[in-house]
Amino acid sequence: MSWASISRARLCLLLALTPLLTGAAKPRLVPDVSQSAIQIRYSFTGADLLLFGAIIYPGGRTPKQRTDIAVVVRGPVEPIVVREKQKVAGIWMNANSARFRSAPAFYAAASSRPLAELVDERTAAIYELGLQNLQLSPGTGAGPEEQRRFEAGLIDLRERNQLYVEDPDGVTITDGVLYRARITIPARVPVGTYTAETFLIQNGRVIAGAPREIHIQKLGFERFVTMAAQQWSLAYGLFAVAVSLLLGWAASALFRRG
Amino acid sequence: MDIYLPIAGLSVNALMIIGLGGIVGLLTGMLGVGGGFLTTPILIFYGIPPAVAVASSATQITGTSVSGLLAYRRRKGVDYRMGAVLIAGGTLGAVVGGFLFRLLQELGQIDTAIALLYVILLGSIGLLMARESATALGLFKPSERDRAPRRHNPITAVLPMRWRFYQSGLYISPLAPLALGFVGGVLTVLLGVGGGFIVVPAMIYLLGMSAQVVVGTSLMQILAVTAATTLIHATTTKSVDIVLAVLLLLGSVVGAQFGARFAQRIKPELLRLILAVMVLAVAFRMALSLGWRPAEIYTVEPL
Repeated sequence: MSWASISRARLCLLLALTPLLTGAAKPRLVPDVSQSAIQIRYSFTGADLLLFGAIIYPGGRTPKQRTDIAVVVRGPVEPIVVREKQKVAGIWMNANSARFRSAPAFYAAASSRPLAELVDERTAAIYELGLQNLQLSPGTGAGPEEQRRFEAGLIDLRERNQLYVEDPDGVTITDGVLYRARITIPARVPVGTYTAETFLIQNGRVIAGAPREIHIQKLGFERFVTMAAQQWSLAYGLFAVAVSLLLGWAASALFRRG
Repeated sequence: MDIYLPIAGLSVNALMIIGLGGIVGLLTGMLGVGGGFLTTPILIFYGIPPAVAVASSATQITGTSVSGLLAYRRRKGVDYRMGAVLIAGGTLGAVVGGFLFRLLQELGQIDTAIALLYVILLGSIGLLMARESATALGLFKPSERDRAPRRHNPITAVLPMRWRFYQSGLYISPLAPLALGFVGGVLTVLLGVGGGFIVVPAMIYLLGMSAQVVVGTSLMQILAVTAATTLIHATTTKSVDIVLAVLLLLGSVVGAQFGARFAQRIKPELLRLILAVMVLAVAFRMALSLGWRPAEIYTVEPL
């Protein structure tokens, strides 16, 4: 199943759930995010995102059965190519490659219990809960065996770069009512619109979900430099040459006098 | 002190980059090499994407070669006619190199190509330099047949259409320096080096230029070709990071001035031996990265 059809399936499911969510019998989520915009400036070394909120139960009573929370922060999806190094004639070089049409640039899932204990595989796949359930839309050509290998390689690499995170006890629930989760956004993330979704899970079923948008953008000087490099590339190049000539000349002039 | 590099898309320690620039500048001033052969690999080891490392290092070399060129110009150590021919070849080479870079990038082989070229070029040049300087220092006895290099190389002598290069003391076909400049240009774009470590020995041994104008003329070529390279990378791969280049420059232009003062107190043969050891060390490190199992088997690139 492709990513598009999965998200369609998800939308249908959410629509089907809507009457239930608004119904009196089911709990409701009041979620919030500490920042709805993250600005990349000259000293940007990453950001800490706090996702928090309250679970409102019908009648205000906390039920006996346990409710759990899972939060997912997801970056913009992009088409990528993953290359694999192999030893060819004594040299490690890129040999095989695989394409994925919809890899999220950032993905972090935190939950109050391990995701595998919360939902079954089908539900996890529909909501893309957990790193094993990302819908990467692999390109055609490679066999399923090879695809899995590249997928595992991609996830492992991005996990170590803190771009893909799964934290099975990253959500704290206080008195069954208040929840919070901290998600770290590293400096090496691309700009774009991120979504933060909170899921309320009971008896293996997702009974409430609430998405929020977070905008990560370069601002001021950083934004200007990126734009100049892309749009006025010749002028940008000429300026770079001029700056380096000036600095070289200035140092030489300064030291000759001194 | 962390600073975000807008084009590389990551934060680096600004003092470390300035320090790296300073060390490279010190070498430039002491030894008359651009130091790109050190900057680019170190930036790549540091985690800067190879394309950004190569492009920004070329920008930095432009700045560092200015002060050297000015110094040689005052001493009349520049053959402008020869320089112009080298630059013509170098610009052509840079354009061709730009195409090659894009092609290798699309094939996913750019990092392997960069590493291989480094190993081959630096390895052979380093060995030659080490032997030559060790011989000059008397650590090593030369064999008889190595003595008395020929003034005119037979290959350059047969090329048609001779020109007179007064300051170099040569009457040779401009095709030879044109080809030499071309090679330098390709290397500048692919490796982010000025190419001085190839061009200078070739000027001495292949073209037979007189020694007083070799370094100055080579600096003239490096300045023009690295400037052209910056423009080519800015317009094709769009990977010139001006913040990174300025940080490197802050260190290197100052370092170069100190290096030039140090150089006057140390024997030139010893300087060349130090350079040879450094060149060999970089080549060795690169060779290790090719032969050893890399830390990352998988790499990700946006399409």
